Amino acid sequence: MSILVFVELADGEIKKSSQEAIYYGAQLAKMLGTENNVLAIGEAGSDNLALAGNFGATKVLHASDDKYKAANIMAYSDILTAAAKQTGATVIISAKSSLADPVTARTAAALKAGIVGNVTALPDLSNGFTVTRSIFTGKAFAQTSISTDIKILGIKKNALSPVASTDKAVVESESFHADVNAKAFESKVTETVKAKGIIPLPEADLVVSGGRGMKGPDHWQPILDLADALGATTACSKPVSDLDWRPHHEHVGQTGVKIAPNLYIACGISGAIQHLAGVNSSKVIVVINTDPEAPFFKAADYGIVGDVFDVLPKLTAAVKAL
Amino acid sequence: MKILVCISSVPDTTSKISFTDSETVFNKAGLQFIIGPYDDYALARAVELKEQSGGTVTVLNVGTVETEPQIRKALAIGADDAIRVDAEPTDSYFVAEQIANIAKEGNYDLIMMGRETTDYNSGVVHGIVGEMLGIPSFSPVMELNIDGNQAKMTREIEGGKEKLEASLPLVLGCQEPIAEWKIPNMRGIMTARTKPLNVVAPSGDSLTSISAYSMPPAKGACKMIPAEDAGSLINLLRTEAKVL
Repeated sequence: MSILVFVELADGEIKKSSQEAIYYGAQLAKMLGTENNVLAIGEAGSDNLALAGNFGATKVLHASDDKYKAANIMAYSDILTAAAKQTGATVIISAKSSLADPVTARTAAALKAGIVGNVTALPDLSNGFTVTRSIFTGKAFAQTSISTDIKILGIKKNALSPVASTDKAVVESESFHADVNAKAFESKVTETVKAKGIIPLPEADLVVSGGRGMKGPDHWQPILDLADALGATTACSKPVSDLDWRPHHEHVGQTGVKIAPNLYIACGISGAIQHLAGVNSSKVIVVINTDPEAPFFKAADYGIVGDVFDVLPKLTAAVKAL
Repeated sequence: MKILVCISSVPDTTSKISFTDSETVFNKAGLQFIIGPYDDYALARAVELKEQSGGTVTVLNVGTVETEPQIRKALAIGADDAIRVDAEPTDSYFVAEQIANIAKEGNYDLIMMGRETTDYNSGVVHGIVGEMLGIPSFSPVMELNIDGNQAKMTREIEGGKEKLEASLPLVLGCQEPIAEWKIPNMRGIMTARTKPLNVVAPSGDSLTSISAYSMPPAKGACKMIPAEDAGSLINLLRTEAKVL
């Protein structure tokens, strides 16, 4: 019995969402009295991997090969399945993402393991193995029991707030080799386009978002200025991405990206229920809208009735004055 | 080309969610059910591909007789025939197993569905099906073009996208803007009534079960700040909300 955390690397470092997954694994390992092993696939410096110890990793398995440079869902899943078998893992943990979800899904089939995503708290072990997960896009929760020997959990952002250990607990990392089905490499990533230098929305703690109230793509500067001053990531509503005012990956809502930042600032967004579904896991919501009757105010913690083009520069100035 | 499109039947996205029997049963009363919004994108693209290069689109649903209006709608949109596996879709593994069973017999080039259902949001069925069938799976796919035996796709990743190429057969979890949602026309609605809908029995087990539901805590009152004094919000976010 042990825990295995599937971590993702970005530029050779463990992603913040994966740090949360390692921390979750460490807390669960304490409850179960077992080890919290970590699997990292791709290029990474051993110093960076050793930092997994700060979040409670027992040991790091590192699968590094030129073939794994581009994320490959089938290959990564084969490696995860092999690592789970070799370490005798009974719980596999990952942070919800566009890579981890399809990878763990395939591993669930390979191991015939019960898989539950959007987990928001540590499991209840008093009667079997029961986790709380978010359902209906954040509108409700379901207590879900997993009956298989091997369990796979996808952790939602902010399920637990990781506290990095201060004693710089460095862990060893050992290289891990797995036989990957050659068919996996018949599928190829031909190009990756990624916005540089910004924190991706699912990982962002601060988000500034614009809706149709911004009146057009040429009027986005006040949002960009505030986001820049805060170090926040920018987002938008569905109409805005449908109109091509902003790129699709910025669309938050029921059919877009679901986010869980500490702070969400909505500018000129009325707050349709489909939009709220994508942002209702935010800790604090600020709404700026000219219409005092905008439904979004009912879901907000702070509200300003006013013109975004008047209010946003004031906020930016106040942030810069800090 | 033979395409299998898997659809879910879910409450309309504007639905107010509630539970009964001491929060152990999801309350369907008064709710409007629709084709899963992401599944609807997959269906629309499948019908477009059929219109471009021929072939068939079969729609598959794992559900009780209550889901037949959504299946008929999918037929009205342009699917040729339908299969309903007569069972409650109790968990991801169970649903995936039903899809894999049908797919093994049908020899499909593409198995398409939404990236996730909007009720339980798991987003893993396509991956489980892919592994069960031993073929590649990709999600969330936002662009799909087929050239002979080769699929060219764009997959959304955090903060961007990646372009991919793979050979058929494939399992795909889809999302916008892969296609525009299609609205059935009168002719489609008429012909849908006579298109074949085969009901088959399920096999296999669920690996997870839900014991209880709960609602998020109610949100407190919204604190209003005068627009003239907007800058004071930043101070409140630091000292009161402690998020800056």
